[in-house]
Amino acid sequence: MSLSGYDTSGACKGCVSAGIPDTVTGSRDETVLEVRNFSKIYGPSCPSCLESTGPRHNTSVCPKCGSTVACAGVSLTIHRGEILGLVGESGSGKSTLVRCLYFDDEASGGEAYLAGYGDGRANILTAGAQQKRHIRNHLMGMVYQNPHLGLKMYFTCGGNIAEKLLAAGFCHVGRIREKAGELLRRTEIPPERLDDLPAKFSGGMQQRVQIAKALANDPPLLLLDEVTTGLDVSVQARVLDLIRSLQRELQSAVVVVSHDLGVIRLLAGRTAVMKNGRVVEAGLTDQILEDPQHPYTQLLVSSQL
Amino acid sequence: MGYVAVKGGAGAIAAAEELVKYFRVKGGSDPVAVRQIQDQFRLAVDKVMGEAGLYAPFYAALAIKQAEGDLVEASFILRAFCSSQPRQYYSVVANTGEMEVIRRISASFKDIPGGQILGPTRDYTQRLLDFELAGESRGHVEQFLSSYLKDINLSGRAAPATFPKVVDLLRAEGLLDEESTQPEEEIFDITRDAVTFPAPRTARLQAMARAETGGLMAIAYSSMRGYGNVHPNLGELRVGYLPLKIRHPEMEGEVYVGRVLVTETEVITRFAAGEDGMPRFTMGYGLCFGHNEIKAISMAVLDRAMRSPAPGSPAGDQEFVLYHTDGIEASGFSAHWKLPHYVTFQADLEQLRAAQDRQRKGEA
Amino acid sequence: MRSYNFAFIDENAKREIRRKILKAVAVPGYQVPFGSRELPIARGWGTGGLQLTFALIGPEDVLKVIDQGCDGSVNAVNLRNLVVKTTGVRTTYETGEASIIQTRHRIPEEPLGAEQILVLQVPFPDALRAVEASESRTREMHSEMDYHSMWVYLYEDIVRWGEVTIGFRYPVLVNGRYIMDPSPIPRWDVPRLNMAENLFLFGAGREKRIYAVPPHTAVTPLEFQDHPFRVEDFGGQACCRCGSTDTFLNEMVDTATDRKIFFCSDTAFCDRRLEVGKKGETRCP
Repeated sequence: MSLSGYDTSGACKGCVSAGIPDTVTGSRDETVLEVRNFSKIYGPSCPSCLESTGPRHNTSVCPKCGSTVACAGVSLTIHRGEILGLVGESGSGKSTLVRCLYFDDEASGGEAYLAGYGDGRANILTAGAQQKRHIRNHLMGMVYQNPHLGLKMYFTCGGNIAEKLLAAGFCHVGRIREKAGELLRRTEIPPERLDDLPAKFSGGMQQRVQIAKALANDPPLLLLDEVTTGLDVSVQARVLDLIRSLQRELQSAVVVVSHDLGVIRLLAGRTAVMKNGRVVEAGLTDQILEDPQHPYTQLLVSSQL
Repeated sequence: MGYVAVKGGAGAIAAAEELVKYFRVKGGSDPVAVRQIQDQFRLAVDKVMGEAGLYAPFYAALAIKQAEGDLVEASFILRAFCSSQPRQYYSVVANTGEMEVIRRISASFKDIPGGQILGPTRDYTQRLLDFELAGESRGHVEQFLSSYLKDINLSGRAAPATFPKVVDLLRAEGLLDEESTQPEEEIFDITRDAVTFPAPRTARLQAMARAETGGLMAIAYSSMRGYGNVHPNLGELRVGYLPLKIRHPEMEGEVYVGRVLVTETEVITRFAAGEDGMPRFTMGYGLCFGHNEIKAISMAVLDRAMRSPAPGSPAGDQEFVLYHTDGIEASGFSAHWKLPHYVTFQADLEQLRAAQDRQRKGEA
Repeated sequence: MRSYNFAFIDENAKREIRRKILKAVAVPGYQVPFGSRELPIARGWGTGGLQLTFALIGPEDVLKVIDQGCDGSVNAVNLRNLVVKTTGVRTTYETGEASIIQTRHRIPEEPLGAEQILVLQVPFPDALRAVEASESRTREMHSEMDYHSMWVYLYEDIVRWGEVTIGFRYPVLVNGRYIMDPSPIPRWDVPRLNMAENLFLFGAGREKRIYAVPPHTAVTPLEFQDHPFRVEDFGGQACCRCGSTDTFLNEMVDTATDRKIFFCSDTAFCDRRLEVGKKGETRCP
């Protein structure tokens, strides 16, 4: 059974599916996500917020009004089958960006276009609450650093995966379990643990359950926020291998957020370097690592390698 | 078969009513006069008026008599009576600075302008069972009244009836967070609209003013004890008569319609940064009908707690506090389990048997 | 003795409740908040249903009140007495004769007509309360149709017990939009909400909510394709009075024989069957 070609006839019209979108198909260079001039400001914000923050000033906090400019002027494009790395120190705005893209937080400005929603021509950041929910459930998968954010520990492993499938309108317990079992196998969790509570799992296994859940609806876009941070090195390697092989197979577009250049080097074909809420450098990962242009990137590369 | 006899319900109810009447008077003593309850059980009357949300001392006393002293039941009777009455007027917002005070204390200062006035309080008396009360006669009461009134000097050095408010001292010095003392523009009426959350402060205060004293106290106590972080300092507690006025369409200006006894508290709590970044004390406010200090204090603590909810603090959770402290709602629902539930129980029985069958088949 | 207004509550309050009823009818399954009044009946004992009845009733109406399907049940008697005392309307046990039927926990067996209104008493107006305690959160979930936690709840129930174990208050989807608590009726009564001729009104007095299922509205129980909703199965048992095998039955132990016996919960329907069948035997528990 192919994950991406899964038969969605398990969804019935009696339940809450608001219509399942067409599977995203297209050529290899098809744009999945385009972000333009994205910004997120925490606090009252004032006219001088943007000009008095950023890497030039080495701060994200506006000296005038005290607002935190977590992201400003961020533009990115991600294609199908591509992994984009977002790297930077903590507080650089990389996690804020993915959390806003997943609607955990509200963007302050900018646009984001997603293939599969409004022909890729409607700004998802200003969509209504119900539409945002639809986008989250059908077009995106998210894996958080903290498994407690991505999993409900009082639901079984299968129930957690089912949550995504149910949200997308699956209405057949047998098929849900079949698919959840398959996802567990793919993420290297013994399928007999389907009905166990993830609270009893190890950290690495919880991350794999999160990945299984994120993949449940074959989303064209996958967001991974520091997924291996805090795991043992050996466990980290296995999770990274898993992500790489799944991504190759599924050809989804993936955004990998990490402060760890090792993770970025292993996974990402292209990388954007962030500091104080701005993208300071972007390009092919190899190029950035071999020949960093921005002083901050140079510092980052020399300190980590 | 018991209380769901197919057509015997009406008769059984009538008989039960008769029995209640019998149990109330079967001791054979003189019937209690409503006036006696109103005069001598004043704190019970106050509690009932507050929880019913109707200031009507005689009717409250009557309800207490009818409920055989069950105060929640009496509040319920009085509140239901209130529903049948049209609302004629809203009072003009009252200024508690105009209260004719019978008691006012502050724990925040050793002395306050106008002085600490203990008033009628048991706070510093020993709670020994008073056996003499058992033999109290009309003669004793009359003797006490005439000598008490003779001894106190009602002329001359009469205390001022109204007092400045203690928190105004702090306000004048800029130590109070003004936001917490400003009234909201539109006053929500919880008796006319269902509260939705987050609820405006006026709705929260009204709901607490009608809440059951014990319920309010339990949740406020949880916050004081550790499930929350409100550490109150009693700025002022005052008990007194508050004049109420209305605007009457046929008369000029505001018209005085009467006065109600109320208890008011202002608690001062730890400071917080205002919008301008300046740290100031924050305040909690409580006001209820009658003389009911525990309720007013609990209310003030919860008012404060709900404005900056802390994780793990039920007292800060508006929904939790307001949904669970109305005595009439809580008691009614807690009692409703006595109603027949045999249809739903039958549905549950059927489910359980089916589940057992599946289990047995699975094991076989 | 003081005299009360016709149907107890004052006319302004009734008008407000009728406006809220109209809103509820316009948005099937949506819970409309209303300024619930205190009645001389305790909260939790039918004050929501009673306020609907009071707001709707006129001198020409014929009222039927049942509890557990039974006209003679203690609380039904008490509620009926209050309405009669404050309105003087005619009452009946005959389902077909009533213009307003107030009920707790049952929908009458006899299908209702377009001219009839069934008023249901509701303790918990929100079906999502089972998965989310906070009211502000469930309102948001309803507005966004964020219902997957409810579905996961049902899924987990099936995984644990082999079927959905909700015996009564079975959640339904109304008009393809709102998940609704049908009040604590048994599953037996749920299909009767679907595409009915009559209007169903739901009143929660303590929780201060009104909602409605208008006539000819789709009401479907939440179910999975491979675990379809099912109503109670009485294993072929028959009512000991009327012999019915196609009505909701209640069981009890006959003390004379120590045997389990069954009887119709809808007593008016049972009486009617008896009359029609002319069985003559009225030995009922």
